Order: sequence, then C-alpha cells, then structure tokens
Amino acid sequence: MKKTKPKPKIKELVHLTADPRGVLTGVHFMNGDQAACEGALAAGCRFVAGYPITPSTEIVERFASRIPTVGGIFIQMEDEIASSIAIQGAAWAGLKSMTVSSGPGFSLMMEHVGLAAMLETPCVFIDVQRAGPSTGLPTLPGQADMMQVRWGAHGDYEIIALVPNSPQECFDLTIQAFNLSEEFRVPTFVMMDECVGHMAERVVIPPADKIKIFNRRYTTLPPEEYLPYRTGKDLVPWFVKAGTGRRFHITGLTHDERGYPMMNAETQGKLVRRLVDKIRANAEQIVRYEEEDCEGAEVVVISYGITSRVASRAVEMARKQGIKVGRFRPVVVWPFPEKRIRQLAGMVGGFVVAELNYGQISLEVERLVAGKVPEKAIEKRRVNQPGAATAKSD
Amino acid sequence: MAKLLKKVQLENPQIEIRISGFGGQGVILAGFIIGRAAALYEGKQAVLTQSFGPEARGGSCSVQVILGDKRIDYPYVVQPRVQVCMSDEAYRKYGGYLGPHAILLYEEDIVRVNREEVASWGNRALGIPATRLAEEVGKRLVVNIVMVGFFVAVTEYLKPESAKKAIQDLVPKGTEELNSKAFERGFKYGKKILSQINKDRSSG
Repeated sequence: MKKTKPKPKIKELVHLTADPRGVLTGVHFMNGDQAACEGALAAGCRFVAGYPITPSTEIVERFASRIPTVGGIFIQMEDEIASSIAIQGAAWAGLKSMTVSSGPGFSLMMEHVGLAAMLETPCVFIDVQRAGPSTGLPTLPGQADMMQVRWGAHGDYEIIALVPNSPQECFDLTIQAFNLSEEFRVPTFVMMDECVGHMAERVVIPPADKIKIFNRRYTTLPPEEYLPYRTGKDLVPWFVKAGTGRRFHITGLTHDERGYPMMNAETQGKLVRRLVDKIRANAEQIVRYEEEDCEGAEVVVISYGITSRVASRAVEMARKQGIKVGRFRPVVVWPFPEKRIRQLAGMVGGFVVAELNYGQISLEVERLVAGKVPEKAIEKRRVNQPGAATAKSD
Repeated sequence: MAKLLKKVQLENPQIEIRISGFGGQGVILAGFIIGRAAALYEGKQAVLTQSFGPEARGGSCSVQVILGDKRIDYPYVVQPRVQVCMSDEAYRKYGGYLGPHAILLYEEDIVRVNREEVASWGNRALGIPATRLAEEVGKRLVVNIVMVGFFVAVTEYLKPESAKKAIQDLVPKGTEELNSKAFERGFKYGKKILSQINKDRSSG
C-alpha cells in the first residue's frame, strides 16, 4: 500500500488568530445587533445573504456598510428561503457565511437548516427572537424559538445553539459560533432576543491577534484516497477545496462516504447516527454554562438570554430575604448541559426556570431532574407577558 | 440639586434616565451621547434601550439610559431619576409619573406644563427653551445637543469633557463645531439656573 503523509496536527492547521481587516479593535458603545455583526467580521465571515427583518436588521445593515472595506459580499435576497441556501453555496465555495433573521423568517429557513445538517455545511444563523407566533410583536423580545431551533427541520440531526445575554456576549459568542460551526461542520445558531439585540452597552473588541479563530480543515489526502464523508474518531469529515483534483459530490439524499446517494437502511443508520453523535459524543467539549452558589441551594434559578439578567435582579431580592438561591445560566443551550443539571438535581431543593415563553427549556430541565427533586419543586416561571421582560420579586 | 440627588443615590445606586420627545428631535442620539460618555469616558456601566416601531418614526419617541457603578442587570427604566421631556405628548405620557426623588427637565416652549403640578415640584422641574437656543446657535436641528448640555449641567452626573467627546464621536462630520456650540449653550443655561437656585437657597 502506498504510504501517505501523516495527517497534520489539527492545532497547527486550524487554530489561528483573526484577520485584522475584520476586527474593529477598541472600546465601543453599541447594541447587541451591531456587536454580533462585528463578531461575525472578526470570526472571518465574508458572506452574508439576508432578508432584513426587525429586530435583526441592524446586523445586516452594519454588515452591508462594513463589508466593502473588509472585502466580502453582502446580498439582500428575495426572501429568507433564498438567503438560507445562498450562504451554503458560499460556504461550499470556501467562505465563512451567515444569515440573520427573526421568528417569521427563521420559520422559512427550516428546510435549509436540515440541508445544512445533512451536507454538514459550516454556516451560522442568527435568530434575534421576537414574540410570536406569526408576525407577533416585532419590536419586543421573545425566547420561544428555543425548541424550533433544535427540532425545526424534519429528520434526526443535532445543532449547536448559543444564547448571549449582553452586547459583549453577542460579539464573543458569534465568534464562538463560527468556530464551533467550522470545528464540527454543523449549522450553528446564535439565539439572541430583541432586548439583547437592541440594547446598547460597552463592547470591548480585542486586538486581532488575541482572537482565536478555528479555520476550515481541508483534506491533505491524495485524490485517490480522499472520500468527502469519511471521518476519523471525532466523526467530523474534512473539507475539500474545489479545483484541487479531488472529486466530491454533495446531496441532501442519504449518502455514503463518497457522497453518493445510497437508499438503504444501513447507510441511513450510519450517516444519521454520525450526524447526531458528532455533537452528542462531543457535548462535554461544546457545553458552556455559568453558575453561582448552586450547590446546596434551596432553589436554583435557571435562565438564559435577557431573562437571565432579569432573574439576577430577582435572585438578589430573594437573597436579601435570606433565601439560599443559586443561579445557573446555559451559555450554550444546545447541546444542553445535561450532566451538570443531573448532578445539581441531587444537591438542591428545587428549580425555577425563567424564560420568555410558555415552557421550552423548562421541559428539558424537568426531564433531567425527574425523580431527583420532588415534582412540586420544579417551577416553570412562565413569564405571562412574553413581550415584556419583567422583574417581579415572585 | 446635587444634595438632593446624593441622598437618593444611597437608596438606589443606579441612575435611570428617560428622554422622550418626537421623532426627528434627535432623542435617541441624545441617549447615545449620555450612554457613550458614561461607558467610554467615565468608566461607568451604562445600558441603553430605545423605542422602536412606528412610534419612533415621526410620532413620540423615547430612549432609556441607566448608569451605574456595578453591572446593570435589568435594562429598562422602572423609576426614572431624570425625566427629560421634549414634547407635549411626552410630558403627558411620562411627566406626571415623576417620583418623589426624580427631576424633570423640559422644553419650556413646547411642553405645556401643568403649572400647579410643576410648582409643587419646586426646583425638581426645570425648563429650558432648547429649540430657541438651538436656533440662536445656528440650527434648530441641534436642539438635542442643547438639551444634553442642559442635562450635564444640572445633574452633574457626567463631566462636560466626557459628554463633549461623545458628541464629537457621534455627530456627522462637518457639524462638530455647531454641535459643540449647542452643547455650551445648553450647559451655560443649566449652570445659570443652578446658581440662581443656590442663591435663592442661601438668601432664603
């Protein structure tokens, strides 16, 4: 057998720092949408296709005005369906790409979320959530797309979703989203909400050489050995550069390692199992959360996005009354921090899940802690006005 | 004024500010100047939220800024410490909610105040003919900057230098001088009113 060069170590190949052209180093006072756009530019995003919608418009507005000086493309598309597929074309042609929307547009994109999962296209979607369903409340926050982002397309697949709770995090997590998307070749989502998107705060953008970037991994195998969907232990296939003599074929049909359609249960099982497992098996590495005084707490408040800031205020009020309250905030919501929640279930009195919907992440928490805390001790604080984030002491 | 506000500061370390007026007066920009000055040039925490939708495009329009030393969790104004009203509608909507420790700044040529109410607030309600002053400076357009100058002078939350820097950052190129004049005009007007109040206090 012909000897091939050993695979170069991943670290040498992909852990680089940001391209300074896209990095607006400095201290800014900007809103979450603008910060997310700067995050995308810093991460190396050079293609955005979008159909602007409130409350996400400022992201594409800023991208459109910034990109000519950075070098890249922005297209205002005819609709969200076209946007969500255009970014995949750009991704396969070699660019880091993104689209941006809110609930009504996000619903239209679902078909292509499934395609991105199936083709393993690295791309980023930002959903600045507003209250729905349908047109709902365009200028007020919601957090009711949390299950849609996970289950929106048909079939089995896994995605990664991050939830920022400040303009600074909109910047940081958008970079993180691009990095994870490249590392795992999976559509990755930044689930903002109108409030975080529209509120302005101090945003610190570090120098380019302090921003870690995970770039696309291209195969180094010779053409006769390369298979587009063959993977190693991490279950993530490496990309091929078009025009380098290696053949590749991509299809939304169930496909084998060559990328060719293969209509049988065995291929389906192998492929889809891998699509799911590449996230599930690496979940511990992807998961990120923040916790404070959780172990031994009478009650732990779980919340994310803008609600986590509102909850913080409620937690402070409860602590003043002498109640031992812990605070838990998933920063990466999908995959969910299952292991930690299961551990905490044995150490705390109960949970309160505060979210701007009528019960989504609370279902996940209920599932994880069932049998470990009394049923009454899981309280879903469904904020009854999903339009308005409120800080009531209850 | 400063004495009064200091007492309140102990109870709630956050300063909640709401500026409201009608679309086109530069209300949002005024909020961004205050927020930027505090967050970038004074090392404070600042959160800004603004009105969106049809009401911000010609109708009534408002911006909310919260300043503090610690991270601000809840980004909306609950009990404004400073209420700036630049239109009659804004005054009718928010002016009446003036809490016991809050102050009201209003455009006195535009807002038709309830005389009795304002009299009962004493020195906590201060008017300024901001639009007229802006016209004297050169353009009615800079009414918001006159108001920012007035705000900085009477509240003493921000150093005038910080606000000036923020103004230079945010106004369109070529209008820096006009805006800086507008700021000075509002600032001086505010200082004059403050010294009048202090004189009254010491003599009475």
